[in-house]
Amino acid sequence: MYMKTLAFASRNSKEILRDRLNLAFGIGFPVVLLLLLSAIQSNIPVELFAIDQLAPGIAVFGLSFISLFSGMLIAKDRTSSFMLRLFTSPLTSSNFILGYTLPLLPMAVLQIAVCFTVAFYLGLTVSINVVLAIIVLIPAAVLFIAIGLLCGSLFNDKQVGGVCGALLTNISAWLSGTWFDLDLVGGTFKRVADALPFVHAVKAGRAALSGNYFFIFPDLWWVIGYAVVIMAIAILVFMRKMNSDNI
Amino acid sequence: MIAIQTTNLTKKYKEKIVVDSLNLSIEQGELFALLGLNGAGKTTTIKMLSCLTRPTSGDAMILGSSIVSNSIKVKEQINVSPQETAIAPNLTVRENLELIAGIYGSDKKQSKQKAEDSISSFGLSDIAQDKAKTLSGGWQRRLSIAMALISEPQILFLDEPTLGLDVLARRELWGVIKKLKGKITIILTTHYLEEAESLSDRIGIMTKGELKAIGTADELTKKTNTAKFEDAFIALAEEGSICI
Repeated sequence: MYMKTLAFASRNSKEILRDRLNLAFGIGFPVVLLLLLSAIQSNIPVELFAIDQLAPGIAVFGLSFISLFSGMLIAKDRTSSFMLRLFTSPLTSSNFILGYTLPLLPMAVLQIAVCFTVAFYLGLTVSINVVLAIIVLIPAAVLFIAIGLLCGSLFNDKQVGGVCGALLTNISAWLSGTWFDLDLVGGTFKRVADALPFVHAVKAGRAALSGNYFFIFPDLWWVIGYAVVIMAIAILVFMRKMNSDNI
Repeated sequence: MIAIQTTNLTKKYKEKIVVDSLNLSIEQGELFALLGLNGAGKTTTIKMLSCLTRPTSGDAMILGSSIVSNSIKVKEQINVSPQETAIAPNLTVRENLELIAGIYGSDKKQSKQKAEDSISSFGLSDIAQDKAKTLSGGWQRRLSIAMALISEPQILFLDEPTLGLDVLARRELWGVIKKLKGKITIILTTHYLEEAESLSDRIGIMTKGELKAIGTADELTKKTNTAKFEDAFIALAEEGSICI
């Protein structure tokens, strides 16, 4: 069980990391945004993009690329004969799900860590709270990995590009409260944002980073709840696909 | 000893019968070719026997294990080279081989050794460090078959192994397949009649989901009173049931 999962997970890591576009977008794009918005902040009199507020938001936004990576990999495998080969092997559904999800977790943590490291150079205070913020964002990483697994199981690679690459990145950006205070918009927009997990992930990250530990959990429960439910649905859909005639 | 025994193996998609009560027995070490026109049910048969698709009814015993009730045991003893080349594109040739050895249960050291042996026996040394996606169609197909064999399967399914290859690459692959004859049981599907004639011990001809005839190329030619195997195939594929 362990060896099979490890062999498959190792392959998946290599497939993702050897795609330079993945690395450019996954690491590069959030960092560029962080630099750009910090540059804007330094030239305006009001505090719009304070680094301690911005960094957790960009870290959550960056995780949407993890969904894209995992979704694309699974969708490409599904639409190629390679999946036929894997499905005729003794790999079980547990091997598949762990093999697809496990390599992405360290990648997501690394991506968050890179985001905070860049934030240090932009004035973020170095403290133990950064480590806590990274830990608090792990459920968000699991959530985005689950979204990728679900999309990869349902759609082809072009559709995953549209759903995860365009839709999810925009939703997780606009409805996360990273770029502007959601209270400024209010109404239905805010209610929708509050019903989704992205703003809660950002708020939990900000609470951890600022040392307001009591404010972490109300929001983190939202993220954990979404992560558990989406992962359960993703696993069910993947297993259903595995046992269906139409992979 | 019998490697594969199917009993009324049937597959329906909604109301369409794709494979109709297939009863087939294949001996261990035999190279059995499955021929038929497009849509005859060859690939669906291979998919059922390799546990990729569940039969609608009937069953098949693969080395004594049922494809319906004991698919994991079956999967440990077989391997498949699918119709299209099935490789991990961003992995090197060596890594592809190590991957398959790993997912069939070999540890890291064993995987490396098996990959090394496979590279040597399939003449892949010069391209061992190349990424699979950079290889030509012929080399990709050769790698795909090497990947199917690295788990040391007792039964190998080759679904259209030479489809789309040039004459030279096809002949090279024939050489590879001939070397395997007698060592493991091989089930081959192909559209190339000369391939079936040259490689196989016995040939089964499927039409509209039914196994219409079974025998050696010579037996089928004699039975249909034709001059060559191609004519025999056309007669059987067009006219229907003759059992030998």
